[in-house]
Amino acid sequence: MIPACSVTDLPPGESVRIQADVPIAVFNADGDLYAIDDTCSHQDASLSDGWLEGCFVECPLHAALFDLRTGMPSCLPAKKPVRTHMVLVHDGYIYVDTSAHERVPEHTAEPVRASEAVA
Amino acid sequence: MRTVTVVGASLAGLNSVQQLRHQGFDGRIVVVGDEPYRPYDRPPLSKAFLAGRARVDDLWLCDASEQDELEAEWLLGVRAEQLDPAAGRVRLSNETEIDTDGVVIATGGRASRVPGTEDMRGVHTVRTIEDAIALRADLTNGVENVVVVGAGWIGAEIASTCHELGLSVTLLEASEVPLSRTLGDAMGSVFAALHTDHGVRLRCGERVGGFTHVNDGNGRRVTGVWLADGTQLPADVVVMGVGIRPAADWLAGSGITVSDGVVCDPGCVTELPSVVAVGDVARYRTTNGGTVRHEHWTNAAEQSATAIRNLLAGATIEHYRPSGYVWSDQYGVRLQVAGELAQPDEVEVIDGSPSDRRFVVAYRQGGETVGVLAMNNPKLFTRMRKQLAKRVTSA
Repeated sequence: MIPACSVTDLPPGESVRIQADVPIAVFNADGDLYAIDDTCSHQDASLSDGWLEGCFVECPLHAALFDLRTGMPSCLPAKKPVRTHMVLVHDGYIYVDTSAHERVPEHTAEPVRASEAVA
Repeated sequence: MRTVTVVGASLAGLNSVQQLRHQGFDGRIVVVGDEPYRPYDRPPLSKAFLAGRARVDDLWLCDASEQDELEAEWLLGVRAEQLDPAAGRVRLSNETEIDTDGVVIATGGRASRVPGTEDMRGVHTVRTIEDAIALRADLTNGVENVVVVGAGWIGAEIASTCHELGLSVTLLEASEVPLSRTLGDAMGSVFAALHTDHGVRLRCGERVGGFTHVNDGNGRRVTGVWLADGTQLPADVVVMGVGIRPAADWLAGSGITVSDGVVCDPGCVTELPSVVAVGDVARYRTTNGGTVRHEHWTNAAEQSATAIRNLLAGATIEHYRPSGYVWSDQYGVRLQVAGELAQPDEVEVIDGSPSDRRFVVAYRQGGETVGVLAMNNPKLFTRMRKQLAKRVTSA
């Protein structure tokens, strides 16, 4: 479990990059928290620098669009998905669980509300 | 329209095929590609691929199954040699002909080089996979001195990659400040410093006078570059980054106007409503009466949406609005540009500082931001690019 930041430091529309075995991007998409691999699957770019729109993030380099719920790209130039990770909130702090490395395309990550406390 | 032939199998060609299907065309699509490869991405050729950090398999723009889903016929390693609009026919280099109702011209361009160097070994251009493979083989063959001619985007990236490979690099530029025509003198100077701070010898205001060579058993091989003032620079490898010539010779006699590119209207449609042009080869009329041609990835990716809409409509129902987005990676620094930077009234650093190589600059006209340039600040850049896009759409 990797600590990311305090819930108050990640208001809606914001993102943060944290270092795990690989860099991970955590997003607050209108109150829902998501974590995905930070490096775009197309070419070297940091998705935490990208443009957040609904539950999609647009890569800041070539505008590839990724679904934060599944990690799947929805348009070229990206072809491969990025991994999604479980997000937990405890005592007002955001944590990312990278152990599961969810990468099942059909799977839709259940968003964690930024306002929820998970024991 | 039953058959559309897309001439050119690179980014603009592939995007045209995707747009045809996306916009509901269910007829026959034939794609003609001069190179023997399926659509691939050219930007890494001067960067990661040349440096050995990416392989050929990293370059494909789509995988085989995605390509199959498009249900197009791919004729690769074949050139289009003639267009006969009256007969509705494209003649190919393998003596065959395609009967077609619509044509998308996406033939790109060929890298320019100094005449007389075509058969001189050690003198390179970088446009295709094969170009990049040949250059990489030369650069990793124990050479010392590299001269790069032209400090535009490609030349600058190649100089940076050669520096990364540990080579001694001289970069020649004809203008007094690199990229000044695109970015202005002040920002051009920031990019000049990027080269010199890494030990690359940047020589501005220099023109190539000629080449020295030796004749060995395999013919002529370059040994140096003469500058116009008589200075001689030793060179084991010379790379030309001096632009492209649009590949439009094959349209001779077709009735389509060619003038440094395929001339088309603001919706990428040529004189013939059944023929459109996209990507590096397309020279379209702008609303202010001029014409413009872009040699950038984003343009090749974006232009086909408009061109195909007009092709399928049989008339120009939409004008193309470029985002003007360009990126470059040099010496570990990421540069991003969007909008119009050519003639600002005012250029202001709005975040960071050029000396830190992390900054964002706004280009303004009449108080309004019309362009943005950023170094190592993709987040703020992207935000500003989105605002610019809104402005363009509502304009």
